[in-house]
Amino acid sequence: MAPEVLEVMLPYFSEYYGNPSSMHFFGGQVQKKVDEARAKVADFLGAEPSEVVFTSCGTESDNAAILGTLDSYPEKRHLVTSRVEHPAVGNVSTYLGRKGYRVTELSVDREGRLDLDELKESLTDETALGTIMYANNETGVIFPIEEIGDILKARGIPFHTDGVQAAGKIPLNMKKSKVDMLSISGHKLHAPKGIGVLYIRKGTRFSPFMIGGHQEKGRRGGTENVPYIIGLGKACELAKKHLDEENTKIKALRDYLEAKLLEKIPNTLVNGDRVHRLPNTVSVSFEYVEGESILLLLSDLGICASSGSACTSGSLEPSHVLRAMGVPFTAAHGSIRFSLSIYNTKEEMDYIIEHLPPIIQRLRDISPFWKDYLKAQKKG
Amino acid sequence: MWDYTEKVKDHFLNPRNVGEIENADGAGEVGSLACGDALRLTFKLDENKRIKEAKFKTFGCASAIASSSALTEIIKGMTLEEALKVTNQDIANYLGGLPEEKMHCSVMGREALESAIANYRGQKVVKEDFEIVCKCFGVTDREIIKAIRENDLKTVEQVTYYTKAGGGCGQCHPKIEALIETVRREMEKEAPPPKPEKKKLTNIQKIRMIEETLGREIIPALKADGGDLDLIDIEGNKVLVALRGKCSFCPSSEFTLKQYVETKLREFVSDDIEVEEVRP
Repeated sequence: MAPEVLEVMLPYFSEYYGNPSSMHFFGGQVQKKVDEARAKVADFLGAEPSEVVFTSCGTESDNAAILGTLDSYPEKRHLVTSRVEHPAVGNVSTYLGRKGYRVTELSVDREGRLDLDELKESLTDETALGTIMYANNETGVIFPIEEIGDILKARGIPFHTDGVQAAGKIPLNMKKSKVDMLSISGHKLHAPKGIGVLYIRKGTRFSPFMIGGHQEKGRRGGTENVPYIIGLGKACELAKKHLDEENTKIKALRDYLEAKLLEKIPNTLVNGDRVHRLPNTVSVSFEYVEGESILLLLSDLGICASSGSACTSGSLEPSHVLRAMGVPFTAAHGSIRFSLSIYNTKEEMDYIIEHLPPIIQRLRDISPFWKDYLKAQKKG
Repeated sequence: MWDYTEKVKDHFLNPRNVGEIENADGAGEVGSLACGDALRLTFKLDENKRIKEAKFKTFGCASAIASSSALTEIIKGMTLEEALKVTNQDIANYLGGLPEEKMHCSVMGREALESAIANYRGQKVVKEDFEIVCKCFGVTDREIIKAIRENDLKTVEQVTYYTKAGGGCGQCHPKIEALIETVRREMEKEAPPPKPEKKKLTNIQKIRMIEETLGREIIPALKADGGDLDLIDIEGNKVLVALRGKCSFCPSSEFTLKQYVETKLREFVSDDIEVEEVRP
């Protein structure tokens, strides 16, 4: 979390504890601050303040968008999504499938790209919603959101996108976009965990998912999480300021790290389209080793990465994203992801570049398949 | 992140006996790249047919590497008969426990050992003889049954944790459920029957049994220590007694009453008996 964010939040835990829904001056004061935060979020998204709905997290935003739209189109029983969504969307689709909805999950190619013809062919008059993520959380691959928007618009189908991973990394401008609903999450923007936003374009049909009071203009009941909303407002202001840095400094660090790892470690693959990709993300697979082991050895050195391997999550199969992309099984289990931020430095990249190659070598020395592979290579 | 024991971390960070023995007496391999973990075990015997050396190579997560390392340490010095008695639980215990979701790593160790010993003996572990229940991970009914028995498994989720079966598409869950039911029914039959419950006694039966037990089990023992006891009255489950002889002024008489007299009466007569001392 950004220190500036924490600083603006603190008074709202103590001095200014009024409820923005109250009529008295004490609540009114707070209401004003919530409005300011909403304006900052709107400015960051290129949206109107009235189009910003605060939620408790990205998952809630996704659930609200999907279930809220389907509820508004009770006669339509079809949903289009992709095979590589975050579980906050993917598991909602699975749930809807069980409830009798027809769900089309668009496939991706080896680079993690969609086939837009497949999207076009999947649409029918029954289609209530398209929900396709902006950028993938594991590989960073960015989908052609505006083209998807055009295709859906041509059929009059509402379009929701999970923008949790994209927000703050690439410019978003809802005024010029074809997106009807966009989810974002606070902690990805250096705001605290436990706050999210659902952008809902004016005029979009929507039934509230969280049913309750009049808060958020009746689109999300429940007392406002005031300190977190204020924090998110600040975080959006900072994110807008840092956007250029994301796409220059951070991208340069990422590219440097990626190039060096590919150079120093044989049998390394980068997962996903390397052009249409978030500037801060790199997913790499090291053949013949397993991701959890890599992460633990890295963690021992104070390096935090995440993994698409099975063993870290307790599931037994590698991530659904890598499987959907058809990453070969020699590599799927040995994948890890680095996500950089403006707080990372070149020294840190050099530290990883120094320590990761021996870690991979060490695990390959233990792995029964590495020697087999080398032998097979020799034989040609 | 997983909550691994220090022992697991140690065997992961400093694995023992990594490698492959050239001209090994026995070699076994289980798992595959596709499954996400694999273990290749080799061993050599000494002149007394004990395992002189055991080495492993493992592809997998930290607990898979640690389990393999532990296995090679455990079996060193064992005869093959002894080694075959090593269970996955022994491997987990050696490491101070594994997270339940990771128990399949210890099972993989046991299976590799079995396969290596079979290889030495010129036997073949033929998977085809058994039904493959989980197609995603190639787990047979034999492996599942063995894991249920050895680890007292009760749910499909546990079977997945221990064998990986059912951890992919999930189509085999009904089959696993049926296996659990069958095996557990067999296990119940094999288990010794529970002790018959004490019958409900009439008052007269109860009084008679209390008197008998006092005379047969309790008073002789007290007398041996120079003490004695008289039965004064019985009110429902309350047995009122007076301590005599040395017992009447023994500082631990309260202890004797509760720990000895009451326990004996509960054992022979009824579980709800309470003993109280009446002072003259």
